[in-house]
Amino acid sequence: MTYIPTSPKERDAMLETIGVKSLDDLFEAVPAKHRFPELNLPPALTEMEALNELSGLAQANENVRSDLISFLGAGMYNHYIPSVVDHILRRGEFYTAYTPYQPEISQGTLQAIFEYQSLMSALTGMDVSNASHYDGATATAEAVNLAYAQFRGKRRKVVISPTVHPQYRAVIRTYAQGMELELAGDDPNINVESQPNELADLVDDTTCLLIVQYPDFFGRVYDYTKLIETAHAKGALVCVVANPTALALFKTPGSMGADIVVGDGQPLGIPMWYGGPSVGFFTTRKNYVHKMAGRLVGETIDNRGQRAYVLTLTAREQHIKRERATSNICTNQGLIALGTAVYLSLLGKKGLRQVAELCYQKAHYAAQQLSQIDGIGLCFTEPFFHEFTLCVDRPVAEVNAYLLEHGILGGYDLSQDYPSLQNHMLIAVTEMNSKQDIDVLVEVLSEVNHG
Amino acid sequence: MADAVMEPKVRTEPKIVEPTIFDLSSPGRIGVTMPASDVPETALPPEELLRQDLPLPELAEVDVVRHYMRLSKFNYSVDSGYYPLGSCTMKYNPKINEDTARLPGFLYTHPLQPIETVQGNLALMYQLQNWLKEIAGFAAVTLQPAAGAHGEFTGVLMMRAYHKSRGDTKRTKMLIPDAAHGTNPASVGMMGMQVVTIPSDERGNVDLKALEAACDDTVVGMMLTNPNTLGLFDEHIERVIELVHGCGGLMYGDGANLNALLGIVRPGDVGFDVMHFNLHKTFSVPHGGGGPGVGPVGVAAHLADFLPEPLVDIVDNGDDDMPPLYGFVKPAKSIGRMKAFHGHFGGGFVRSYTYIAMHGPDGLKDISQYAVLNANYLQARLRDTYKIPYDRICMHEFVAEGRFKGSDVRALDISKRLMDYGFHPPTNYFPLIVHEALMIEPTETENRDTLDAFAEAMIKIAKEAKTHPEILKSAPNTTQFGRMDEVKAARELVLCCWLPEGYDLSQ
Repeated sequence: MTYIPTSPKERDAMLETIGVKSLDDLFEAVPAKHRFPELNLPPALTEMEALNELSGLAQANENVRSDLISFLGAGMYNHYIPSVVDHILRRGEFYTAYTPYQPEISQGTLQAIFEYQSLMSALTGMDVSNASHYDGATATAEAVNLAYAQFRGKRRKVVISPTVHPQYRAVIRTYAQGMELELAGDDPNINVESQPNELADLVDDTTCLLIVQYPDFFGRVYDYTKLIETAHAKGALVCVVANPTALALFKTPGSMGADIVVGDGQPLGIPMWYGGPSVGFFTTRKNYVHKMAGRLVGETIDNRGQRAYVLTLTAREQHIKRERATSNICTNQGLIALGTAVYLSLLGKKGLRQVAELCYQKAHYAAQQLSQIDGIGLCFTEPFFHEFTLCVDRPVAEVNAYLLEHGILGGYDLSQDYPSLQNHMLIAVTEMNSKQDIDVLVEVLSEVNHG
Repeated sequence: MADAVMEPKVRTEPKIVEPTIFDLSSPGRIGVTMPASDVPETALPPEELLRQDLPLPELAEVDVVRHYMRLSKFNYSVDSGYYPLGSCTMKYNPKINEDTARLPGFLYTHPLQPIETVQGNLALMYQLQNWLKEIAGFAAVTLQPAAGAHGEFTGVLMMRAYHKSRGDTKRTKMLIPDAAHGTNPASVGMMGMQVVTIPSDERGNVDLKALEAACDDTVVGMMLTNPNTLGLFDEHIERVIELVHGCGGLMYGDGANLNALLGIVRPGDVGFDVMHFNLHKTFSVPHGGGGPGVGPVGVAAHLADFLPEPLVDIVDNGDDDMPPLYGFVKPAKSIGRMKAFHGHFGGGFVRSYTYIAMHGPDGLKDISQYAVLNANYLQARLRDTYKIPYDRICMHEFVAEGRFKGSDVRALDISKRLMDYGFHPPTNYFPLIVHEALMIEPTETENRDTLDAFAEAMIKIAKEAKTHPEILKSAPNTTQFGRMDEVKAARELVLCCWLPEGYDLSQ
């Protein structure tokens, strides 16, 4: 009866109104032999006991705020989240509301999503944004759906750069089952010397979409303008998977000519939360809006002449189009999208640029210091943002085990996804890492090599 | 373009109730100050790689707080009142869940940390997998899918992979009842399969004759919501499953309505092969104004090898001195990965774990019994006023017709008028098989006073429909906003706002 507000007396009166004798009598349609199973679950805890149990589980983890110094990124990043963000997310008016199907009493959610769409379009340099996807990986998979639908299934090839996040590529492979798509370029046996422009060779007149990542999974920043021009010349669309913090500093995929810009919004004020929930942003050009999946909020007026917002172009969606819908998405990441909108509003033009520059400065200081250690060096010479690939002289797993003994969460071991990249470690540095953190990393890594 | 001719020449500017965050921007305002850099400076990359301007708003902290606070007040929510939105299970969201989900050990762990450093997270996921298996009667559970529709897609991919692994390649048809949620056919559409719609009979059950006729060796399976979207438990569920299994098909359960079944019946026991859970409905994860959801999928033993990767399992049993070590495993014939990382851990798994732990087996049964009690009570109170087209003992929800003889009042008008009485409307126009449907799901967390007040408002509205229909047609009248011009939104397609014209970006 944990949260049930009905007294036994009230229950009995209600049963009488219904015309049955007991609660059990309400379930006669359920096959008798399977009715009322005994569930083998632990007995109920009180709130106090539950908090104790959950605190125990949480404390059994080592977290990156109080237990470990983290240099781990690879798609999820440790950034500072201003206090205001969670105070807004804890408003019951936001978090206990449903999808805004009744606009007259949901303008808070609707205007907030409209502002989120606007902020994401401004950040990526694109025309429109949807109300969100589940995460960066599924948003990228939905870009494939858009491109596939745009050419009505007549172009069935998708070219994916091998330097797109390995888990994003895995999700695209899952989504593509049953679509009879040809996936090209998605090869873990990567030649690290190859340049993005070489991907253009794989794009032909059967290609619906080319996908690249910005900065790429190894942290490198490329100007994709020429590549996008070449792909467009062959009639293909181009999707850029972008890190949103990097977009405060680097030129936008929109200005390079991208047709779709997607990514994970977690760096924008969302805790890592062991991987989720985060939010997938999806922005595109105006001409593709009718093929875009997911909810969309548009401006209008109410019958009193007030500016207001509604879910619009709903005829694209599953509840109307059913099996002919581009996507089956229904629930998205509303509350998390609100969190990123609050974060972007609060940091604004100056604050976000400052965060990006801090990441850039600290990552470059770390790269410069680390590359002075004997036997360690940067693997690549291309410009980078807040993540870079370090070549070490032994397996990364070995190095990371040593770092962990010293309270440091080391970088991502690239050999897990790319067999040829043994001894390649992907290091992320954000504004959360002090100079002292970086100096400790350098010191401990020097010991590995002399130990 | 033809529409443009119809536009009046003179347009009055709309009244702004709350400016956008861009309207509120003022050049030079600061919301958050970040610390100065503590490392020697490195030159920025070449100019041609950098962006020229960043057109984001500039506001002070107090501006941002007041803006979002004002917006929040425009929302109706479970915390503010009764929300009987059918098929959405808008139950009370316990406050303790908000605290447990935000414990620092959960908030600040990275999904790619070594498993030895996140044993608390993994133990929680392992336990939650086991609890969901036990609650619904399945052999294995993946927690990865992000929402119900995502779980459906996962389930359909597994059904396809199962048939394919047996060399059974001619199965391309999915049977879906006419009362199904739109996500069911849409999930099937994403796979290029064919949807065969199965009608309902006069008692709201699957029409057995039509089902029997559709069952052949080209059937992938059937997707069934039970209780269905009429709120009715299929009286021939065992026969339905027998027919589908009989032609070699698999039975998919849409778990959207699981709130009626906790401790009542386990779908796996009845013969469902695969089912998704909506943790954001049944297990009190808040809906967040449209997500995030959480859509774990349970499967019977013969589908366990096809689950998405990774699952949480014990990878080292431990001994008297050492606890077991939890880690990730990949099922032998996995369909692959459904999203990056491990699912909606913080916002989803922690809240649901807290909720199940605080209920135990008896508490879970209470949830479903009282959810069904409340729905039947409300159905009994409204039966004389509103037509209930499939009138029998319902489960957690029921569907009434929102129309009256000799009146042009529609379900939409009744819904809008309910707002004037302080209630969120039921789901309207769904399921599609009921005219002017009003789908009412009270949930177990409402008391009798609330249900009575809602019933009285509904009865009053039915009277108004006869005496003062114009009040219903113009409703809502007491809310901050009135009915919307949805045509204008779709025609003009204003999907973004920007900084005001002439805004000084140079500062």
